[in-house]
Amino acid sequence: MRQTPHAEQAPIPGTTIFDGRMAMKGYALNKMCFSFNEKANRDAFLQDEEGYMDRYGLNEEQKQAVRSRVVLAMIAAGGNIYYLAKLAGIFGLTVQDVGAQQTGMSVEDFKAMLVEAGRH
Amino acid sequence: MARIVGGITTSHIPAIGNAIAKNLRDDPYWKPFFDGYPPVLEWLDRTQPDVAIVIYNDHGLNFFLDKMPTFSIGAAQEYRNADEGWGLTPLPPFRGAPELSWHLIEGLVAEEFDVTSCQEMLVDHGFAVPVSLLWPDRTTTAPEGQIRTIPVCVNTVQHPLPSPKRCYKLGQAIGRAVASFPEDLKVVVIGTGGLSHQLDGERAGFINKPFDLMCLEKIVDDPESLIDLSIHDLVREAGAQGAEFILWMAMRGALQGQVTKLHGNYHIPISNTAAGLLLLENAA
Repeated sequence: MRQTPHAEQAPIPGTTIFDGRMAMKGYALNKMCFSFNEKANRDAFLQDEEGYMDRYGLNEEQKQAVRSRVVLAMIAAGGNIYYLAKLAGIFGLTVQDVGAQQTGMSVEDFKAMLVEAGRH
Repeated sequence: MARIVGGITTSHIPAIGNAIAKNLRDDPYWKPFFDGYPPVLEWLDRTQPDVAIVIYNDHGLNFFLDKMPTFSIGAAQEYRNADEGWGLTPLPPFRGAPELSWHLIEGLVAEEFDVTSCQEMLVDHGFAVPVSLLWPDRTTTAPEGQIRTIPVCVNTVQHPLPSPKRCYKLGQAIGRAVASFPEDLKVVVIGTGGLSHQLDGERAGFINKPFDLMCLEKIVDDPESLIDLSIHDLVREAGAQGAEFILWMAMRGALQGQVTKLHGNYHIPISNTAAGLLLLENAA
C-alpha cells in the first residue's frame, strides 16, 4: 500500500518533517555537524568558526543560524536535530537546554513540563 | 536449530549511558527507571541467550545523509562504539555473530528485504545503551564470555521511514531466518528506542502517555492492530522521535510463537522521553 507523503498530509504543529526536501536544503549544515563526531574537528570549529563554516560551504542563512545559536533557525535552514545535537554539545548544551530554547521556556520550566507529562 | 527465546524492548536515551557511567542507579531521578530492569536481568541470567539481535537506529555516527540505507545489518566479528560528539565515553567493542548475520542476510534478501550488509559498522548509543542496560557486566567480562550481537539498523533520521507494517514484516522475516539456522542457539531480539518524545521544533518536549500505554498493551497480544498506523500518525501521536516505535514493531514481528509478557515498566521522564520496557517470552 502506498504511504502518503508527509507534504500531502495535515501539518503537525511545531514539527518539521525531515524529508528529502529538508535533507537537500540542510546538507552542508548537517555535514558540518556530522564532522563534530571527531574532537579535532570540534576544536577546529571553536578556533575558527567562520573558516570552518566556509570549508563546509554553508549558505548565509545557515551561517547566521549557527552564529545566532538559535536552534529553530538551524532547523528552518535544513538542520536535522541528531546532527545539530553534536553542535549543541560543543557548547555544553543538553537536549533539555535545546528543548527549553525552542519552546521559549526556562530550562526549569521545561523539565517541570516533562515531569508533569507523567502525571496524566 | 536456533530459536528465538524472547523479545525485550527498551528505550536507548543517551543520558542513560551517562547515568550508568556515573553509577546514578539509586539517584532519585533515575531509580524509578533502573528499578524496572532487575526482573529482565534475572530472566536473561536464567535463559542465557547466545545471541542478541539488536534493532536500533543510528543517530549520525555510522551513517550520514550521503548514503542512508533503510535497513542495514552488521556482518562483522565485532562492532566498535565511538565518540558521538557530546560527551559519552566510548565503550569497548561488542562481539559479533557473523555466521548468523550472513544467514539473516541470505534469508531476508530471499524474502525481498534488500538489506545493506555491513562488515564494518560503528554502533552508537541506540545500540550500546540497551546492551549496557541488559548486560551490565559485559565490560568486565572476557570477550569470549560476552553476549554475541547482531546490529539491525533502521533509518529513522531521514523521511520516508519504513512503515510500522514493513518493520513488522521485517521482524517476521528475521524470525523465520533464525528458525532455519542449523546451529543450536538461543536468540533474544531487542527492540530499542521510544516511547513518545520529540527533540526538535516548537513542540519539543511532547510526550503522549495515553498513546504509549495503548502501544505497550497492544504490542503484546494484538500487534497487528498497530501495523496500519502510518509514520505520519506516529510522528503526530508519539512525537518526531517517537517514530522509533517502528523498531519495537520489528522486534515483535520476530516473535512467532506463544508470546507472554513477563514484565514491563513505564516511566516519565528520562531526559525528554517516556521510557518503556517490556520483557516478552516466546514459547515454541
